[in-house]
Amino acid sequence: MMRENKKPVLELKDIHKSFGNNHVLKGFNLRLYEGENLVIMGKSGSGKSVMVKCIVGLIQPDRGSITIKNQDIITMGQKELDFLRTEIGYLFQGSALYDSMTVRENIEFPLRRHKDKLKDFQGTDQAVKEALESVGLLHTLDLMPSELSGGMQRRVALARALILKPEIIMYDEPTTGLDPITSNEIIQLMRNIQIEYNTSSLIITHDVDCARVISNRIILLVDGVNYAEGTYEELSNSSDPQTRAFFKN
Amino acid sequence: MEKSNHFMDRTKLFFAEIGDMTLFAVRFFKELFSSPFEFKELIRQCYNIGIRSLFLVMVTGFILGLVFTLQSRPTLTDLGAESWMPSMISISIVREIGPVIIALICAGRIGSGIGAELGSMRVTEQIDAMEVSGTNPFKYLVVTRILAVTLMLPLLVISGDTVALIGSAIVENLKGEVSYTLYFNKVFDALSFSDVLPATVKTVFFGFAIGLVGTYKGYNCGKGTVGVGEASNSAVVYTSMLLFVIDFIAVFVSDIFFEI
Repeated sequence: MMRENKKPVLELKDIHKSFGNNHVLKGFNLRLYEGENLVIMGKSGSGKSVMVKCIVGLIQPDRGSITIKNQDIITMGQKELDFLRTEIGYLFQGSALYDSMTVRENIEFPLRRHKDKLKDFQGTDQAVKEALESVGLLHTLDLMPSELSGGMQRRVALARALILKPEIIMYDEPTTGLDPITSNEIIQLMRNIQIEYNTSSLIITHDVDCARVISNRIILLVDGVNYAEGTYEELSNSSDPQTRAFFKN
Repeated sequence: MEKSNHFMDRTKLFFAEIGDMTLFAVRFFKELFSSPFEFKELIRQCYNIGIRSLFLVMVTGFILGLVFTLQSRPTLTDLGAESWMPSMISISIVREIGPVIIALICAGRIGSGIGAELGSMRVTEQIDAMEVSGTNPFKYLVVTRILAVTLMLPLLVISGDTVALIGSAIVENLKGEVSYTLYFNKVFDALSFSDVLPATVKTVFFGFAIGLVGTYKGYNCGKGTVGVGEASNSAVVYTSMLLFVIDFIAVFVSDIFFEI
């Protein structure tokens, strides 16, 4: 229903990627619609992170096309790509906070080269505070990342991803390495962000609870190709044993 | 046969790495002259690299001056050439020992530090995070660091040389009862333009080599903590070798222009 009404903001067609003899992606396809939460599930090493890195231009695919808001990122120049990246938030698996900078400097960092994104705010300080407030960590403003817990680091990284008000957010294993309570907090936060900012989200995870709560649609990535696609209910009750195996807790 | 294949592979890898490092250096010069310029980060790096290494350089320089004078004194006394002490020490320190020793110390402190810092940033995806946020990490991390070491190393060497000469003057004053005024008068009489200029110019190249190898190794670091360790370690090893090569070339070129 959602797909009929909304237009795609991100599209991957026939993506292939190999590292030497290791063929990671063998023709993967994906379409992410406006305001949708699309979850990609797959075994460890199945190429989920490679796929998401191809989308943001960190890895160049061997074949296929990647279109973000109707712009082909593979043929795009560096300047255009950098500009397009401001429309995409990326939450890294290990948070990837700059450990030589304070929380404030971490969040400010993406604004350094994109001051035009500040037009909705009265200045950098207000933008930083608003982003931190949205993840409930305003009091950590002048702390160093090493002084934060794993869950707090993940939330600060999310605030950093939000500072440019992106239309698309990529979450790479957002709950990995966190305890169940913190995981739930992060999942709730992701839901709130989607509602508040009306973002489209691509979530890489093998956390079944995360997929159940947050997904509008799930794609299973097996052996480098789309193995199955559907809602959580459809896939968890699938007649195919391999598909069902992903949803056993 | 297997051994010769292994040798060939290692040789190929070595030359491939030199090729990569050359391209890395070319990219540095390209990015150096293109906007936006990261002045704030450059100043921060100059402070980190210059001011924070100053104490180590001063202590090493001072001890170098003391020890060098103490070791040389008996031989020159036996030859009855004690009066040559200030000229010999100053020319040796300013031309060769000061720049090389201080550059080697800086390769250990600064080169390994840059290799480890950028390496751990690579491993923990911080460099990827910068790229995704639309900032050019090469310009922000690499260009600023190479430039900062290139600018700071000559100043560190001049400071180290000065302190080494002070150390030497103290020994001469205590052991040979030479006044400080006389010592430094003899030093300035002995040193000429052709001693100071090539020695200072080569420290610019030393600084560039330390920055280039450190950033190259860190930026292209392998995976995991092993990769970070290797980046840091090989930054020091490669830089140390490169410093001697540059030193040889510098002395050779100086000889052509100044007939040293």
